[in-house]
Amino acid sequence: MKIIPASDSSILVEFGDKIAPEIQDLVLSLFHALRAVDDSRICNLHPGYASLLIDFDPLTLSHNELTALVESLASSKLTAAADRSSVVTIPVCYDSEFGPDLADVSAHTGLSADEVVGLHSSATYRVCFLGFTGGFAYLGGMPEALQTPRLATPRRAVSAGSVGIAGGQTGIYPTETPGGWRLIGRTPVRMFDPQAQLPTRVQAGDIVKFAPIDRAEFDRLQQARR
Amino acid sequence: MTIRVIKPGLSTTVQDRGRFGYAHLGISPAGAADGLSLRIANLLIGNDEYAPALEMALLGATLEFDKPAVVAISGAGCECKVGSYRIVANSAIRVEAGSVLQCGSTTDGARCYLAIRGGVDVGSVMGSASTDIRGRFGGYEGRRLQAGDVLHLGYANQAQPRRLRTGALEEIRERRAIRVTSGAQRDWFSDESYAKFLDASYTVSEQSDRAGLRLKGEAISTRETKQLLTDGIPLGAVQVPQDGQPIILFVDQQTTGGYPKIASVIAADMHRIGQLRPRDEVRFSGVSIPDAIDALREQERWLTTVWQD
Repeated sequence: MKIIPASDSSILVEFGDKIAPEIQDLVLSLFHALRAVDDSRICNLHPGYASLLIDFDPLTLSHNELTALVESLASSKLTAAADRSSVVTIPVCYDSEFGPDLADVSAHTGLSADEVVGLHSSATYRVCFLGFTGGFAYLGGMPEALQTPRLATPRRAVSAGSVGIAGGQTGIYPTETPGGWRLIGRTPVRMFDPQAQLPTRVQAGDIVKFAPIDRAEFDRLQQARR
Repeated sequence: MTIRVIKPGLSTTVQDRGRFGYAHLGISPAGAADGLSLRIANLLIGNDEYAPALEMALLGATLEFDKPAVVAISGAGCECKVGSYRIVANSAIRVEAGSVLQCGSTTDGARCYLAIRGGVDVGSVMGSASTDIRGRFGGYEGRRLQAGDVLHLGYANQAQPRRLRTGALEEIRERRAIRVTSGAQRDWFSDESYAKFLDASYTVSEQSDRAGLRLKGEAISTRETKQLLTDGIPLGAVQVPQDGQPIILFVDQQTTGGYPKIASVIAADMHRIGQLRPRDEVRFSGVSIPDAIDALREQERWLTTVWQD
């Protein structure tokens, strides 16, 4: 573990420099331990692949004091992050209407569209962390055979719920934003609801599975959401 | 008591201190780009210092008040009129029922703040009234104001209006380099690259907004060939993408990112980032973390000394 100041109001706690489940466990363990401390001088926690950024109020908490707190939490046995994770199944319609780049992914990977869908929906993913925008989950665990580079020119608008692939990553756009990931399907499930008590459908550490659904089921679930 | 938007201006949003405690869900703080001016505007009229107010960028709004109200404008200079009368900034102003307040273009900065006694009441999402433009929530329907919108006022006033000492605000208008501390990936850059970054003069690009200020000028290169694993971004971090042109990540920033961060703007200078306009010149100067925190303490102390009596 390495602690470095990231600004006058934050420290970055680094646990390694690779994407690995055991490193993510450490990141999420410290994240949960700090959440449990519930210190109002700590303003924000940003888990990443292998690090945790901690924003704090420098008028009431010093870098040294926070560093000491992090070290003491890390030296005691941190609770395993896996204890808190839930398994979340996300229904996805992989119809070509929702997956305009499925053909590109097929061409790039040499797999048929059915094989792409089969592989994508049979893998088990882990939410490494949420970032970029509200509710956007960085998922680990996509089969390597599905790796496809992102679009050369990002789309100006990607519909909420779109499921995409970018390099070795896969994820779901929670809100309509510009984006350059290759789109292969869409979920009718709402991934981000700012008014809800728990605004995001998935949390860091959760296990995610995709369940293929047809267009009729997509419409039914979208209708039920309203 | 309501306020009707006649003209929305270029980008007028409801903002308060910002939304904290949700970065792990990917939610940026939002909040006033120049928090110091928001506080001054609110304190002038006896509101809580971070009561929700209107942030107006580059071109202000035209607003109609249906009942008498007390308002204050602070931040960038901006010609404001009620009817044909010019009103002064940084002072509590009484606006009569049925009158129209017209705010013009900013003259010496990017944003001015209109605080209204009672505060703008838009409710609260995740503990804040601030508008999250990208997430489309908070503020007024999660978006910039539009003509025809009707704003309601709250009860955020607890104190008497105050007056500023003459010349009290001149100190913060003083132009000097933006102070930075080393960023989390400072060691990805050679000492020569870091020195070049601090010596250079940059121009704020037109493609700048509350999420990030893109700078044009001396390109900075990293000495690392590896790719950074996506990590958390503190407010005011200066990241350097492949093209070497630095970006200051600001209040509407993404919470995580994959570019190395060479430096971080100090908290005491964050309000000045909120006043940068496209084509403005920016220079940086490096300070230590203890100096940065001293500067913040000094700014807080200063804010208690600007008032008459």
